[in-house]
Amino acid sequence: MSDDVTIVLLLPEVLGTYGDAGNASVLAARLRWRGIPARVHTVGWTDAVPADGDVYVLGGGEDAAQVLAADRLRDSIGLHSALARGAPTLAVCAGLQVLGTAFTIADGTRIAGLGALDVETRPGGGPRRIGDVVADPLVDGLDGPLEGFENHGGITELGPDAAPLARLRDPARGPAAGGNGTGDRLEGAVSAGGIIATYLHGPVLARNPALADLLLARAVGELPPLTLPDGVPPTTAQRLLGGRRSRHELRTGARRRAGA
Amino acid sequence: MISGGPTRLPPRARAAVAVARLVGGAARRAGRHGSVIGGRVATMLDRRVLARLAAGRTVVLVTGTNGKTTTTSMIARVLGGAGRRVATNHLGANMPDGITTALLDALSNHEGAPVAVMEVDESYLDVVAAATDPAVVVLLNFSRDQLDRVGEVRTVARRVGEVVAAHPRARVVAFADDVLCAGAGLRAADPVWVSSPSLWTGDAGVCPRCDGAVTHAGVRWACSSCGLARPDGDWTLVEQDTAGTVHGPGGSATALDLQLPGHANRLNAAFALAVGIELGVDPAVAAARLRDLEQVGGRYRTVTRPGGTTRLLLAKNPAGWAQVLDLLDEGPPRPVVVAVNSREADGRDVSWLWDVPFERLARHPLVAAGDRAGDLSVRLAYAGIGHRLADDPVAATRDTLGAVDLVGNYTAFHDATRALT
Ligand SMILES: [Zn+2]
Repeated sequence: MSDDVTIVLLLPEVLGTYGDAGNASVLAARLRWRGIPARVHTVGWTDAVPADGDVYVLGGGEDAAQVLAADRLRDSIGLHSALARGAPTLAVCAGLQVLGTAFTIADGTRIAGLGALDVETRPGGGPRRIGDVVADPLVDGLDGPLEGFENHGGITELGPDAAPLARLRDPARGPAAGGNGTGDRLEGAVSAGGIIATYLHGPVLARNPALADLLLARAVGELPPLTLPDGVPPTTAQRLLGGRRSRHELRTGARRRAGA
Repeated sequence: MISGGPTRLPPRARAAVAVARLVGGAARRAGRHGSVIGGRVATMLDRRVLARLAAGRTVVLVTGTNGKTTTTSMIARVLGGAGRRVATNHLGANMPDGITTALLDALSNHEGAPVAVMEVDESYLDVVAAATDPAVVVLLNFSRDQLDRVGEVRTVARRVGEVVAAHPRARVVAFADDVLCAGAGLRAADPVWVSSPSLWTGDAGVCPRCDGAVTHAGVRWACSSCGLARPDGDWTLVEQDTAGTVHGPGGSATALDLQLPGHANRLNAAFALAVGIELGVDPAVAAARLRDLEQVGGRYRTVTRPGGTTRLLLAKNPAGWAQVLDLLDEGPPRPVVVAVNSREADGRDVSWLWDVPFERLARHPLVAAGDRAGDLSVRLAYAGIGHRLADDPVAATRDTLGAVDLVGNYTAFHDATRALT
């Protein structure tokens, strides 16, 4: 069992909106489909974070949950040592903000993050950005566009030690809309270490198998070819293997509403 | 106790009601918007028409994420019977226009309906409660449902709590096992608690009172910082296999013998019993009335077709699916057709599919259908569940011999219901 590749899923009780815990299942399944034993190690509220995980996964959460998560993880020796050695890590939405240097919540309180990713987030003030988006990646190892569902209100500024993950298409949504909210359509952030952070839900790895495989390749090296189990319809198999969806299936509806 | 009956309408309201009936009748004959248009017109003519129509009635409002329609139907049945008529929005139109329309219908069908039982969309509870001065407010549960549409579930639950606090005369009947629901119910001075083992704790990690961390141990839950904990149930559902007994205050025990299947319906019935008995209905009489209920707006309805039968089930979010999975576990491994859409009424985002443990369907032959069949299929593949794809869920059931379950989210369910009627 100790030889299994371990996907560490952090605090899904509080960082688990939008099915983001599914990102961990996707990673484990894509290893198993390649004949590599893998398991998901779920870190619950009272559990210690293992330092020797192979990939770490953080999801989104509502404001109060995000503050709880930051308080809980800030002094975690296990997580800090994993991040310090550059363990491949996916952080979505609230997870992105928690790994940053700080974030400011609606009442104006500035909360310290883990400082593992050079970003800081402040309230956007405007309407929440809600809807499906498509973005062109800005990092090596990804070719086709990324897609996902965003729903957040903050503005995330990248510092010198972070680089954007992608740039949104669909400028019709307005200069300040979408992505990190900084007006340049930049989406997400990556660290020089192992962190890939994004606002995309879906879960993002279910909708972007290439991104899942990028994280896995960083964890285990070159990936053997993938063999799907029986009972998967051919069009679905195409998506699981990384084939792009047909154009009409990509919904880019730019629906925005005033946030709650 | 149930009060006398509706008060006589003032002239302006009577005029509004008369016009609304004309328009509503025409719309209904044309088959369009019949469940809301009358109320919309009446409200345009008289902004206080909902309050005037509710005046003098004993009003029961039912809100929560899942089970509103079924529980409303059950409560209406428990409070009805014995010649007493009950106004209710059984078409599921649960926003103010729909509720006004239902009261208009009650006025035309039987002027005297002294009781109104209405399901209310969580986001409109404040408006409807302010207009109707409810005698009872039922809080079923709060979980994530279309987050992109109605806002974060904690915000929704907090607003409901504020409505509860603003109506001290209303008797609040709330679900003790649901953390957010209990948080809202505790805003009442003396809530009545319904309890049963809860199956969905996905939105229960953060305390509704102090934002601390909530920990769960079995069906118990408690906040580790402020001490908020699960209240003891006044009405507790105890289940043995598929039989349920509701234990009430003073050692009373009422056996349920429902035709509606599954744990969720036994819990809904526990709410209906509690409300009925609070309002003076004899427990045995209430239980007998619940026994007669076979389907609710097409939910749980079984349709006979060439070669077999199709049972229609609604599940529109993870908590609803948890209930449907329980129900499917109770029976033999029948084929299941799952239909998922993402139209306006469904919420456009389907990431909630990843919060549903579809792994539990491993023993059922499975078909993925609906507008978002592709996303569902990806989810099922990652769950390790073999399945096939179909364009049309109803056609897929017709392809299958024997008994089939068709589970749809909101518009998928209603499309299937229409196609099978
Ligand atoms: Zn608390």
